Amino acid sequence: MNAPVTASSMPAITYNFAYLDEQTKRMIRRAILKAIAIPGYQVPFASREMPMPYGWGTGGVQVTAAILGADDVLKVIDQGSDDTTNAVAIRTFFETTAGVATTTRTQDATIIQTRHRIPEAELKAGQTIVFQVPIPEPLRYLEPRETETRRLHALADYGLMQVKLYEDIARHGHIATTYAYPVKVEGRYVMDPSPIPKFDNPKMNDSPALQLFGAGREKRIYAIPPHTQVVSLDFEDHPFKVQAFKEPCALCGATGVYLDEVILDDKGGRMFVCSDTDHCSTRQAEGHTGTMSAPYQEAAHD
Amino acid sequence: MAIPALAVPALAAGFADPVHDAQRSFAAVMRAMSEPGLPVPLASDLDPPAPLSREAAACALALLDYETPVFLDAALSAAPAVAAFLRFHTGAPVVDDPAAARFAFIADAAALPDFGAFAQGEPDYPDRSATLIVQVSDFGTGAIVLEGPGIKGRRSFSAAPLPSDLPARLAANRALYPLGIDLILTAPGGVLGLPRTVKPVMED
Ligand SMILES: [Zn+2]
Repeated sequence: MNAPVTASSMPAITYNFAYLDEQTKRMIRRAILKAIAIPGYQVPFASREMPMPYGWGTGGVQVTAAILGADDVLKVIDQGSDDTTNAVAIRTFFETTAGVATTTRTQDATIIQTRHRIPEAELKAGQTIVFQVPIPEPLRYLEPRETETRRLHALADYGLMQVKLYEDIARHGHIATTYAYPVKVEGRYVMDPSPIPKFDNPKMNDSPALQLFGAGREKRIYAIPPHTQVVSLDFEDHPFKVQAFKEPCALCGATGVYLDEVILDDKGGRMFVCSDTDHCSTRQAEGHTGTMSAPYQEAAHD
Repeated sequence: MAIPALAVPALAAGFADPVHDAQRSFAAVMRAMSEPGLPVPLASDLDPPAPLSREAAACALALLDYETPVFLDAALSAAPAVAAFLRFHTGAPVVDDPAAARFAFIADAAALPDFGAFAQGEPDYPDRSATLIVQVSDFGTGAIVLEGPGIKGRRSFSAAPLPSDLPARLAANRALYPLGIDLILTAPGGVLGLPRTVKPVMED
């Protein structure tokens, strides 16, 4: 009933469910509830050492470990892909320590842990997306002192951020920030959406899903409840715009999705394909094709 | 069978399955706080000492520990077994000063204390505020209309018994934002979240 999960590959080691001890989970759970009650505000928490390096998303892993239940179905993506070393390592970690079901299908997941993307398929009510965050403080590059950034958030004094974005315009003629593009949550807190492409920012606004953010090294948790207003900062004469891609996905023909450039050879050959591998393979299985598609029968055999 | 005179009073059991019961209870509370005004099912097989309800007890065992001073209202304080139950199963210190509490448990919802008695958070740390867990006898729809994060458009709910000025109190709490207290209502079989972000829609 309450037996620790034993990893078959590591017979000598037993874990508490989802690795974290219960006291740590309670502490993280309390931080999550306060984060939900104050959308966009960074709640400090006592981050634990995890059996993986910080760059691997220990903050997101701790948040997932604290919310995960035996009946959850977990999806883990890294830059849109379920198959990178990082995504596979985290998925295996939770399969091993919690014995939960995992999936690559966005629509089948109850919890999606992500590094640097929001899936293309629209998230649903009841789903939770957990972001891995390296630098949670959007003002950090402008003001290194934590006491000062806390003060600025308390006063809702975001002039520094406006100045930074405006300097972009002065230098480049447009806002050059394309990743970790700052947002204002429910008209109050300015928040770092983590290093997702700004293409994904509009998906945060009025999302039916709960969005949780965990920064392990910086020991912060923050949240956006479902149906919360999330606005990308901009100026009247330079409104926020997402990246647009000239061509559709070369494998599935999708438009209006975020594409990655893939180098094909050393002669300058390249193609653009969906960054979201589940979205792309789902479309291919449905029969959608792109300019570089193999014949469908072959594609169906992977 | 006669109880031996020197026996320690039997203490009600905690979660049968501490890891998963705590997770399920937390998951219900997280959902409730994410979707204010929505009654969320919470199954609890705890049998805590009266007047602590089994749902409030599940919230306590899921969220409290030695780091969370807890305040009990007059109704709960009048039953020493309640404090003994909470101390034994959570290790949380029971405090007399509501301002010192991270969590407050209210069994007499009609006599809901003034929110100002509790920690409101600090401008630099608005998370350092109290969470009130308030026992009511049932949830319904209709009486109080809410807007705010977690709500698409508007959502209405009712709960009884509660003071008739609850909407005005919630509005005053909202006016302090990002400071303010957060409420979790419990009723048989469920929980309902009222975080500080909720905006009651006043009809006149
Ligand atoms: Zn594609």
